Amino acid sequence: MTWIWTLFLLLSILCALCSGRTAALSAAALEGAKAGIQLAITLAGPLCLWSGLNRLMADAGLMEKLARLLSPILRRLFPDACRDRQAREALCGNLSANLLGLGNAATPLGIQAVQRMHLLHGGGPASDEMCRLIVMNTASVQLIPATVAAVRAGLGAAAPFDILPAVWVTSLCSVTVGLLAAKAGAAWAQ
Amino acid sequence: MIWDLLVPGLMLAVSCVGLAGRRDVYTSLVTGAGEGLSMLKSIVPSLVILLTAVHMLRASGAMDLLTGVLAPVCRRIGIPPETAPLILIRPISGSAALAVGGDLMAEYGPDSLIGRTAAVMLGSTETTFYTISVYFGAAHVKGTRYAIPAALLADLTGFLVAAWTVGTLF
Repeated sequence: MTWIWTLFLLLSILCALCSGRTAALSAAALEGAKAGIQLAITLAGPLCLWSGLNRLMADAGLMEKLARLLSPILRRLFPDACRDRQAREALCGNLSANLLGLGNAATPLGIQAVQRMHLLHGGGPASDEMCRLIVMNTASVQLIPATVAAVRAGLGAAAPFDILPAVWVTSLCSVTVGLLAAKAGAAWAQ
Repeated sequence: MIWDLLVPGLMLAVSCVGLAGRRDVYTSLVTGAGEGLSMLKSIVPSLVILLTAVHMLRASGAMDLLTGVLAPVCRRIGIPPETAPLILIRPISGSAALAVGGDLMAEYGPDSLIGRTAAVMLGSTETTFYTISVYFGAAHVKGTRYAIPAALLADLTGFLVAAWTVGTLF
């Protein structure tokens, strides 16, 4: 991040010098800092509400219920890992936490799944199933993107959640392409 | 109509499930809201720092330059050129992406084509490099093999499809 920050600063100073907009630069810096707090305030209320709902979902056992529903799908995607109970539970938990948007729960479960799969695989580089798990986690399969909806709500969108169908179609396409690419990668590696 | 009742309905449904399981629904909600507040507290400093940089980039004309350079490519594949900075930063940093995306939504309006595209891009992708390093790092996996190219291809698909679906649906 240090590099990104320094690069951003250098770029803006260079560009300002070239375009003669140096006067606007310091005002923009302070304006940006203000915008940071404004964005945070915009987010704050809806984000707290959503976190409350997320905690309730977790406490009410929704994650475990969803995990049980997902188990047959995951058995097909991860046949090797699902033979091991510990790996299967971590996998199901990771995917259902991701779907429900419970980021705090998803990451530790995902790490647990990767660790267990690494152990079962006997070390070495990532196995095909581990790559598949990574792709599913990087492609975001969240059903309700709460943070984005919170920003939209805060900025006065007419219907903050009307982007949901577009988000679902997009997520589905990107996960599918990711899994196909992983499949192609696995075939090519052999 | 469905969207109007989505959030209230979801809140009611989850509360009922909690009630049926004899949970203390109200305490869970309040505890969770508190967790949300601490999460917010942890991202506010980076939002302030990153938005400072983003506003400087915009005021200096660097953002326009970048958008202008990438515009022909973006137009060809049907992506609004204004979202190009978001696409570049998204896989690298989550808070920077939120800063850039939030800025786009504020600048062009949340219900504009650009604002909506930015929202869908943010909502349907992840911080790819961060996720890969956390997962493989924690498990001490050395060789990532094809995980990075496959994940980036999924991201690229996400950005393209986001622009296309927003273009068709709205």
